[in-house]
Amino acid sequence: MDLLQPKLMAGIVNEGVMKSNLGYIWNSGLTMILVALIGLIGGVGCTYYSSIASQRFGADLRNGLYQKVQTFSFDNLDKLTAGSLVTRLTGDVVQVQNLVQMILRMMVRDPALAVGSIVMAINISPRLALVLVAVIPILVLIIVLVSRMVIPLFNRMQGRLDGLNTVMRENLSGIRVVKAFVRSAFERERFGKANRDYLDIALKASRTVAISMPLMMLVLNASIVTVLWYGGAQTWESALPIGNLIAFLSYLSQLLFSLLSVGMMLIQISRAKASADRINEVLDTEPGMTQPSGGGAGTVTMGKIEFDRVSFAYGQESGVTSYAMEPVLKEISFTILPGQTIGILGATGSGKSTMVSLIPRLYDPTEGNVYIDGTNVKQIEAGHLRRQVGMVLQQSILFSGTIRDNIRFGCPDASDTEVEAAAKAAEAHDFIIKLPDGYDTELGQRGVNLSGGQKQRISIARALLLRPRILILDDSTSAVDLATESRIQQSLKALMAESTCVIIAQRISSVTEADNIIVLEDGIIAASGTHDELIRTSPVYQDIHRSQQHKEVASHG
Amino acid sequence: MDDNKSTAPQEAKKLEPAPVPPLFGAGRGRGTAPKVRAKNTAATLKRIWSYLSIQKKGLISVFFLIALGACLTLTGPYLIGTAVDDYILKKDAGGLASLCVLLLAVYVTGSAVSWLQTYVMSGVAQRTVWEMRRDLFAHLQELPLRFFDRTTHGELMSKATNDIDNVSNTLNQSLMQLINSTFMLIGSFTLMLLLNVWLTLVALVTIPLVMLLAKQIAKRTKIYFRDQQQHLGELNGYIEETISGQKVVKIYNREQKSAEHFQAINDKLAKAGTKAQILSGTMGPIMNMMNHFSFIVLAVAGGWLAYRGFTTVGVIVSFLNYSRQFSGPVNELANQYNMIQSGIAGAERVFETIDTETEYTGSEGKQLTGMAAGKVVFEDVTFGYGDSPILSNISFTANPGDVIALVGPTGAGKTTIINLLTRFYEIEDGTITIDGQEIRSLDKNSLRSQLGIVLQDAYLFSDTIRENIRYGRLDATDEQIRAAAKLANADGFISKLPGGYDTVMSSEGGNLSHGQRQLVTIARAILASPAILILDEATSSVDTRTEMHIQEAMKTLMQGRTSFVIAHRLSTIRDADQILVVNEGRIMERGTHDQLIDAKGFYYNLVSKQFQSVG
Repeated sequence: MDLLQPKLMAGIVNEGVMKSNLGYIWNSGLTMILVALIGLIGGVGCTYYSSIASQRFGADLRNGLYQKVQTFSFDNLDKLTAGSLVTRLTGDVVQVQNLVQMILRMMVRDPALAVGSIVMAINISPRLALVLVAVIPILVLIIVLVSRMVIPLFNRMQGRLDGLNTVMRENLSGIRVVKAFVRSAFERERFGKANRDYLDIALKASRTVAISMPLMMLVLNASIVTVLWYGGAQTWESALPIGNLIAFLSYLSQLLFSLLSVGMMLIQISRAKASADRINEVLDTEPGMTQPSGGGAGTVTMGKIEFDRVSFAYGQESGVTSYAMEPVLKEISFTILPGQTIGILGATGSGKSTMVSLIPRLYDPTEGNVYIDGTNVKQIEAGHLRRQVGMVLQQSILFSGTIRDNIRFGCPDASDTEVEAAAKAAEAHDFIIKLPDGYDTELGQRGVNLSGGQKQRISIARALLLRPRILILDDSTSAVDLATESRIQQSLKALMAESTCVIIAQRISSVTEADNIIVLEDGIIAASGTHDELIRTSPVYQDIHRSQQHKEVASHG
Repeated sequence: MDDNKSTAPQEAKKLEPAPVPPLFGAGRGRGTAPKVRAKNTAATLKRIWSYLSIQKKGLISVFFLIALGACLTLTGPYLIGTAVDDYILKKDAGGLASLCVLLLAVYVTGSAVSWLQTYVMSGVAQRTVWEMRRDLFAHLQELPLRFFDRTTHGELMSKATNDIDNVSNTLNQSLMQLINSTFMLIGSFTLMLLLNVWLTLVALVTIPLVMLLAKQIAKRTKIYFRDQQQHLGELNGYIEETISGQKVVKIYNREQKSAEHFQAINDKLAKAGTKAQILSGTMGPIMNMMNHFSFIVLAVAGGWLAYRGFTTVGVIVSFLNYSRQFSGPVNELANQYNMIQSGIAGAERVFETIDTETEYTGSEGKQLTGMAAGKVVFEDVTFGYGDSPILSNISFTANPGDVIALVGPTGAGKTTIINLLTRFYEIEDGTITIDGQEIRSLDKNSLRSQLGIVLQDAYLFSDTIRENIRYGRLDATDEQIRAAAKLANADGFISKLPGGYDTVMSSEGGNLSHGQRQLVTIARAILASPAILILDEATSSVDTRTEMHIQEAMKTLMQGRTSFVIAHRLSTIRDADQILVVNEGRIMERGTHDQLIDAKGFYYNLVSKQFQSVG
């Protein structure tokens, strides 16, 4: 529509003004209004649909990314880092989404306008249009050169944004530590550095981009001058009516503007390209843990657990760390029979948590295999496996939301009665109902407004609600007082009689009644057996026992 | 002072009669934030200006460059008009040639000026948002913990990146456009007036209409942009939280559910975004239409005038060119419109956080100089996080050098007592004194510098182990760090790591066990060497044998320092000078281990459990 306007305009000048034809001016004017109206409708419609399309595109992209991230192993997550993933899922998607919107709105309009202008210009005067032959390649060259320069810059810029995000995220997670050690000045400096780094690269990028526009404008303006000079001469030879020259100049400036926006767009594309690369990196990441093909044949029925010469070292798959990590577990083999309760003891860093996290496949062994009910865990569909294996982590991670939702986390359809029963078994019910909003109390991120022991008990309730075949408690009562702990153990015994229980503990008292106790030392099994056996035969166990006996002796001495 | 009402933005208070609670983006299901609020755009612009004005030099140069650029841009059509009227129509080849040279010179200068503009302006814009980001972060450091208790990390991160990015884009692209357009408007208008008064009046017909439309659309668009940014923040928060807690998500098979929840927030975001885009996007076509309309009116009027012989064709041609340049800026502004609105919305959200009252507000506290002796007195202290009291009437005295053990069931309020001493939270009733000085009268930082705290959740930064320990005392030498680690029994395992003290901690903690992390945090506290030591379940994940080894170190550390110890293990509390047995927010019993055992009360019951289990 915009293309018609200069033509009509030229008509007004040539036919109307020059020939003093007022009627013609009126007619052309009316036509122009009509054309403009159609243009308006088209424009609004274009905005409407392009907005919907681009926003939907962004939303779909985000959904896709998020689902992909859900399939990642911890190695994947460690490699990409949470701070960076957050940027990629929001900031980078916004960049690409903006581009889509712009393309939808202008990609058709401006190139069409440009092409139309060229056609019209050639139509008016093929000889004048020759100037375009010289101009267009120069413009293309400028665009190509500039975008080649800025794409890496934008890439680095987004990378620095990750850095900024990471510093901020850590600072927020550790805000208590920051405050306790009065380190806000230090933190400001840390952030200041990341902020400064970002500033530097952002400046470099935007200043590089800044060259392209004036350069392109100059080229186009120079062509206008050429046309004016050459075209002026043509009018004298009557080869070109003066109105046509004006119209030609009109089309040329129209071309100029639309090419400028195409150029702008190409810069935007460079920026979006950097973001798209980062998004693709997420999408192309192979999940470190593969699902069995064909859904996985194995099922968990009895709860028998076997470790067969299992070794494990962190950071093997992704090579996050530049140095080879020492193996945490070395050739571990043992069998736990269905319904048994197993205690695991061992020094700090001996590999207890690592060992149990192999059971629900949070990590895969570096060597050897883990079997449940005779099936390699790798052959069991992860969803099924994890439904049957309940695990309470050492660090209780709760989410913002109500206490009820947190307990229901693994089983969103659980009734309120079931939730309460689980909470009662975990000795959490009593304190929950004392809270002002009871089960509907809103928790902050990570459950900040609860005490350590309270969080642990909610985590236990969350696991109990699942009624898993295999229950793993990873030192999950460390912040719970002894009386409460023994009550929890009683209810566990009643509730989980059928299930296999694996309990990591520091206190021997927590595991004395276990069917078997495994003592880990530096990643190998130092001893195993019942309490009575170990107390007789195992020096390590005796040592641990003494360390806990010690206080009693001392307290009387 | 009282910083409990951390919700009233100070700045907003000055500008609006009613204090407005900031939008704590609704976390999952958390009370949805008020939707429509007539935020004061003018006030926000003023704040942005206060940041911009720091870069006076840059701004002034941009201003002049734009003025120059505008003049040059306006000269172009004028020269073309002259070319048509004076040379082409009059067939003056020489004149035309020299005019073309002049025109070319104008264009070259114009381009150079325009490049300089952008160059300087991007410096101004980037430095401005740099400063905003710095202020935001600095302010976050000073906010009370209550603030962080109800805001997800991701939401705050979104403010520092997504929202500030919007501001930066706006400044980079739209501010220059704004200044430029103003010049162009004034310039074109003047020239148009000079060329033909009547035609100018005709050209102005559409202006009031445009203004009215713009204002109406602006009002609505900003609300949608705010919504959009808020949902983006919420989404950011959700991503950050679920990635941090990915272990739990996996264990509980919540991948699908999480994705669904994500999708729900995402949809809200897309909806708000679509509305904002559509509404702001209509500005362009409407303005375009207006331009055409005024162009047509001008053409008809001009044609008529020329026909009547009131003016020349050349005049009309340049006039039409000016009118295009007159409407051009308006049009451009309309196109920049969504950017401006989203920039304002972003700035508003940032300022909102910056305006949240800090925990230091109003506390020109006294400095504690030197090492405090460490006498701590709680007198009738009462406190609650919400409506229900957590602690009531807590009173005790810790003499310098005393070891005070806090014992009691989980949720009894032990950690809360510590949180009050550190002034993480402010007491509601009663007094707490250190060496006879009420802690509320003290400077918070100076107070906390006297305290060494090992917290329940052993938080480490993703830096080297060395730097994590150094966090306790920034000027510590490597030897001192190593000595502290040895005391904490951490040197052994650290040396075994492939990178030793230079091993970089991964943020979600693959490479160290929880117990090992606790040992590192203990080393950090040892290094800090504070007057008062606080150990909140500092060794809960450390096995008893290792704990035994660090027991001696702990004793040395506690010597001459007032220490508060929270623990469930008897070994840690047995030798305390005073044991406070806390239950349901009250101190039930107090005394030494032997006294309490003899009393055969609550403590006796607790302890006999332990005897039983060990024996």
